[in-house]
Amino acid sequence: MPKHDTPLLDELESGPWPSFVTDMKLMAEKNEMVADLLGLLELSYKDKVGHWKHGGIVGVFGYGGGVIGRYADRPDQFPAAAAFHTLRVNQPSSKFYTTEYLKNLCNIWEKHGSGLTNMHGSTGDIILLGAKTEELEPTFFDLTHELDTDLGGSGSNLRSPSCCVGKARCEFSCLDTQAICNDLTNEYQDELHRPAFPYKFKFKISGCPNDCVASIARSDCAIIGTWKDNIRIDQEAVKAYVAGEFPVNGGAFSGRDWGPFDIEKEVIDLCPTHCMSWNGSTLKINNRECNRCMHCISVMPKALRVGKEQGASLLLGAKAPILEGAQFATLVIPFMKMQAPFVEFKEFIDKLWDWWMEEGRNRERLGELMQRKGLQELIEVTGIKAVPQMIEYPRENPYIFWKEDEVEGGFTRDIHKFRKEHSM
Amino acid sequence: MPYDPAQPMKDRITDIGPAHYEQFFPEIVKKNYGKWDYHEILEPGVLVHHSETGDELYTVRTGGTRIMSIIHIREICELADKYCDGHIRFTTRNNIEFLVADKSKLRPLINDLKSRGNKFPIGGTGAGITNIVHTQGWIHCHTAAVDASGVVKSIMDELFSHFGNMALPAHVRIAVACCLNMCGAVHASDIAIVGIHRKPPMVDEEFISKVCELPLAIAACPTGAIKGVKKEDGSRSLQIDNDKCMFCGNCFTMCPAMPMNDAEGDGVAILVGGKISNRLTKPQFSKVIIPFIPNEPPRWPTMVTAIKSILDAYAADANKYERLGDWAQRIGWERFFEKCDVTFNDKVIDDYRFAYPSWRQSTLFKWTD
Repeated sequence: MPKHDTPLLDELESGPWPSFVTDMKLMAEKNEMVADLLGLLELSYKDKVGHWKHGGIVGVFGYGGGVIGRYADRPDQFPAAAAFHTLRVNQPSSKFYTTEYLKNLCNIWEKHGSGLTNMHGSTGDIILLGAKTEELEPTFFDLTHELDTDLGGSGSNLRSPSCCVGKARCEFSCLDTQAICNDLTNEYQDELHRPAFPYKFKFKISGCPNDCVASIARSDCAIIGTWKDNIRIDQEAVKAYVAGEFPVNGGAFSGRDWGPFDIEKEVIDLCPTHCMSWNGSTLKINNRECNRCMHCISVMPKALRVGKEQGASLLLGAKAPILEGAQFATLVIPFMKMQAPFVEFKEFIDKLWDWWMEEGRNRERLGELMQRKGLQELIEVTGIKAVPQMIEYPRENPYIFWKEDEVEGGFTRDIHKFRKEHSM
Repeated sequence: MPYDPAQPMKDRITDIGPAHYEQFFPEIVKKNYGKWDYHEILEPGVLVHHSETGDELYTVRTGGTRIMSIIHIREICELADKYCDGHIRFTTRNNIEFLVADKSKLRPLINDLKSRGNKFPIGGTGAGITNIVHTQGWIHCHTAAVDASGVVKSIMDELFSHFGNMALPAHVRIAVACCLNMCGAVHASDIAIVGIHRKPPMVDEEFISKVCELPLAIAACPTGAIKGVKKEDGSRSLQIDNDKCMFCGNCFTMCPAMPMNDAEGDGVAILVGGKISNRLTKPQFSKVIIPFIPNEPPRWPTMVTAIKSILDAYAADANKYERLGDWAQRIGWERFFEKCDVTFNDKVIDDYRFAYPSWRQSTLFKWTD
């Protein structure tokens, strides 16, 4: 017999999509915390409001992040879910696992917590959902000792960096995304565990402009793979696509009859920079005019490949709407070689963080500081070069903040001398 | 030795970061790292990656619920042990990827997955709908204006045929955030569902001066709607100018004594047309097209119907490769509302600080019925 009746949640057990309710019910048979969580959630479905208190300061000793305190506001009815804290556990880059690792993780979490997880949370961490306060330290101890795994970031810290699958299983990737992600995470452990920033800071690493980890929308510093040389073309394979021998886009459109592949209509004409041509036997790309949007490569992956001179474009300042509206990241460095130990990159980040920590207000994301202080100041403090690639278009107002040393003769003038020539 | 509460610092390990990724790579990935040549989607949810070395790696992608018990994870492990030499991967969109190096195990794995009821739906590739990224919702968050897991389940049940098929003009990314904090990339999704509040925060006079830093709460308001007041008994509190409140909830984040949640006030807004990829067009933000739908647990039928209607109109009208937002911009938003049968509401006209460029500054519009 279940501990609580859940008639509303029960309706979420039917249907073809996996049911979190069914899964939680199975877990509830083994763990009373989950039984009470189901009861609490059913109450929310009935009341149409949440039943969690605001925050709660808990953590593991010496860390200012990685644990989110959570208390139910109806501990009277659901005592086993009264304290239901979250541990953010730093995921391995790209989220590959061995079953041995996952089984050990399950054993630790069975011993110490509710047995519920998120695989994974939005930032990328493994989320262990539902620990009582007294189990936080023992869980952390077992994670570090048995799994060689640390907690992730929360609060005004560096958040756990995350990356796409990269060269481990993607032909588009121009970066060793895992190597970058893992290196930065380890380099900045102090920033990740101990809050010293004005607000959160996220690194996300995507291997190509398709941006499978949404770095351009979600990270304060987006590292996106790109290339400088030419798209590699296999002309025989292009012909084979035109002859209909290969499915376009790796078969991504095969669920509908779109008619035979038309390279003119589907590639040449759609190219955003119109830098391609097809004469019936040869595909030509004017690579200097290409903006590397990935469309042609995505449509004909067997015929076209990203270039060999690979590196990253760096973009800064993305965030969700809170507070002054959402922002995408702004391009600040069009190309940087990304080779371990990433010295050039880290020197840039040091300067960037110095500026943000000096000038940033409480809870001001980097992108908001950029908005407030301007891209010029960022260029100045980080010592990067102003290039036209940084802007969508030049300014439309002539309100230029000239500095004194940029103007011949400086700003100090003699009003008396002026008046001699110009009466009031 | 396990943790000893009497000696919390004994043998303590800190600052070690995540487990190193390389130990989790299947042998075939180690061998072919950086050598992948091209990929094919053999059928919805089943990919093969070809390497320059001639090796082939098969991937079977299945949907997963973001909230997942250790019972379910152990079942995934059982499958991975049997068919994938003990290797498994999760995607950024909460899908599970079974990696198969031995082709003879591919069909048995697929058959096994299909035999397990609704636990492991295969799909989420190509021009279809993959898993919905989402936030915690009522299951674990104090600011949530809506549940997330139940909303996702309701939408995915309705749109399920698109998970296992690739018949849309392009892929459609759906995301759910249970409040404006948006702990997910909701703001750049083809279709986004966002929990919103519509009643200003209450001021809990009993607790506010005890639990809140009042200046922080005042400073947290983007519209200056909160001011400090001194009460007759000399204690300090806050006053809300309701006319200025845009219900962002930022004050509640700073001050627990200003709760916003309300059964009648809370619900969802629907946003469409966002994208992240740089393919063909720039990344785009999602735009609000339905400002409010009330919460209707457990299955949110009004919201699900609205999403279905938008998706059907897009599927019928857009060109091949055209993302939902690119389609809307090509036909014009006035036509979009008409084709999707969404009633235009003045609430979707922006009136926040940076609204001006979102209004039409031309005579280039189309007539609608």
